[in-house]
Amino acid sequence: MATLTEAPPPLTPAAPEKKAKPPRRRGRLVPYWLLLPGILWLLVFFALPMVYQASTSVQTGSLEEGYKVTWHFATYWDALSEYYPQFLRSVLYAGSATILCLLLGYPLAYLIAFRAGRWRNLIMILVIAPFFTSFLIRTLAWKTILADGGPVVGALNTLHVLDVTSWLGMTQGDRVLATPLAVVCGLTYNFLPFMILPLYTSLERIDPRLHEAANDLYARPVTTFRRVTFPLSMPGVVSGTLLTFIPATGDYVNADLLGSTDTRMVGNVIQSQFLRILDYPTAAALSFILMAAILVMVTVYIRRSGTEDLV
Amino acid sequence: MEQYEPDRLSPPQVAAMRRSLANGRAAMTRRSLLRASTGGALAVGGLGALTGCGIPAAGDTKGGVSAEDHSAKEKTVSFSNWTEYMDTDDSGRKHPTLDAFTKRTGVKVKYTEDINDNTEFFGKIKPQLAAGQDTGRDIIVLTDWLAARLIRLGWVQKLDASNLPHAFANVASSYRSPDWDPGRAYSYPWQGIATVIAYNKKALDGVEVKNLSDMLDNPKLKGRVGLLTEMRDTMGMALLDMDKDPRSFTADDYDAALARLQKCVDKGQIRRFTGNDYTSDLTKGDLAACVAWAGDVVQLKADNPDIDFVIPDSGYMLSSDNMLIPNKARHKTNAERLIDFYFEPQPAAELAAYINFVCPVDGVKDELAKLDEDAANNPLILPDKAMQAKSRAFRSLSSKEDTEFEGKFAKLTGA
Repeated sequence: MATLTEAPPPLTPAAPEKKAKPPRRRGRLVPYWLLLPGILWLLVFFALPMVYQASTSVQTGSLEEGYKVTWHFATYWDALSEYYPQFLRSVLYAGSATILCLLLGYPLAYLIAFRAGRWRNLIMILVIAPFFTSFLIRTLAWKTILADGGPVVGALNTLHVLDVTSWLGMTQGDRVLATPLAVVCGLTYNFLPFMILPLYTSLERIDPRLHEAANDLYARPVTTFRRVTFPLSMPGVVSGTLLTFIPATGDYVNADLLGSTDTRMVGNVIQSQFLRILDYPTAAALSFILMAAILVMVTVYIRRSGTEDLV
Repeated sequence: MEQYEPDRLSPPQVAAMRRSLANGRAAMTRRSLLRASTGGALAVGGLGALTGCGIPAAGDTKGGVSAEDHSAKEKTVSFSNWTEYMDTDDSGRKHPTLDAFTKRTGVKVKYTEDINDNTEFFGKIKPQLAAGQDTGRDIIVLTDWLAARLIRLGWVQKLDASNLPHAFANVASSYRSPDWDPGRAYSYPWQGIATVIAYNKKALDGVEVKNLSDMLDNPKLKGRVGLLTEMRDTMGMALLDMDKDPRSFTADDYDAALARLQKCVDKGQIRRFTGNDYTSDLTKGDLAACVAWAGDVVQLKADNPDIDFVIPDSGYMLSSDNMLIPNKARHKTNAERLIDFYFEPQPAAELAAYINFVCPVDGVKDELAKLDEDAANNPLILPDKAMQAKSRAFRSLSSKEDTEFEGKFAKLTGA
């Protein structure tokens, strides 16, 4: 994941390699030693838990009798057929939140990169500042903001916005909390900085002279944006959407605190299987299905967006 | 753990490293990295390794595994409890009843508030207990159903009755012999928890709520009714409302109660299933009425006069948090002395006056009246005969029932 936040490489093609000297033996090992801490970290905290969970997902048994590996792959099918609505919902909510983040985040990132001037640092701090408090507190704050008798819901009611969203099935009656809309809003809010920061990084690298050049060639501002700015910011768009979509799909806090019974996401299912029902195999299988689904979606997305070597 | 050796990495991994390291950052494409890491994970995993990590059976330790008792040599006891579940002086650091215990016995108490949630805490101590190791705790405090599970799994020690004279004499009759621990062989109650119906008068707007049906069936309260995520509390209240006894219900009764709640969920009557966070929803009026814990309601009522509670005629659920001594605890005798201490009227009264839960100790009234007249007369702290007669406990479940009922209930809550 770390590579996704990496700054895009310079646009100019890399200088042709100088003739390589025959490397000395000691020097050749140095990169591997440098990689060692990272690899060990990944082994212990990523690979091992994965193996453990993979094993759990094909076990059967109970807490009393213990769990044994029986290669019971049916767990996967059972879990999927039982909980596919929650899977679809997760993708839908996370997808909506990602699109909202892009729509909200792009103008802001653009502003910070090109127009903010001396306000740049201040705005950046405002974007990052919410991170100084805990995720949970930030989500709970939304319960106050969107409270039934609160000013926000009151205003939306007066403007009859909630009638429209109710008709669309996004809210229920005259409230916002405990509806899908509240969950999507919470997800959007919580992951917005993950969208803005990569967008800003890639926008900020665009040479302003390119804009001048476009202007010189009689491109209208809209055309400049469509043909120059946006394509060059694609790496930021791709990494921003990934950084938003992936964690949002697995999130369960927003659905738990801001949602209701009909807004449960797959994260909620995994949590209750692991902690309440104690059905560890199903919980592990669900986790793997989620990982596989995200991997497939991300792969397709990256292929389609054609930014293979840019991000 | 295998030692890292470059030569034994999978070919795609090595290739990816070479390429990226030799050619600089520009060459490190995402695809090569993905490919390398996938290859690596498979190489490390190996299907054989999957078979190696089953979870061993519990239960071969039935009756509790005692470690050597170091109570005589080490004058300490380590006590893990829930947050804000102990009397505290004004400085917020000292606990007068614990200090009194230390003064009398010379046993220092290492008091830790590290229990926030039953399921979460179970996850925390499970690895040690399953492996037959010391958890570093001499007393833990857990709610009935989890205490029952630990006893069933054989992960706690049998108590020595000769160290517990006060506890044996003074434990209130409703707690004396739960079906999951007959005669209190393994546990003693710390505090009782009453589950009642709470409401916000302002938000009710004239609607009268006297029992669960009133709040589940009134269309005026649509979307403003809350239930608890704690299965036993919510389902217990639902069973009571259908005139079934939570102490002896059948699987059919359970399904019927579940179906009734499902109908309310489907028509949008229930706003959401909540944990402790219902308190803020109720105060704001987002919830007009909900199933709630009496201890919270006593507090909320003090801050907001609109909040009140009602005990349905059909009864209310009474559960308790229980002190247990986990296997391999080092200071069993000290722990038993501490448990016994809290069944003496004076410390029990001091505790009850500070935390507003149901006191499980008999003969506390006079001592409590000296400290706090109101508390002594509050039936939610010291239940009178009428209150006691209305209390019901949720019957213990077998491991299979537990999974089945929790699973069905989770479906009801949407996950």
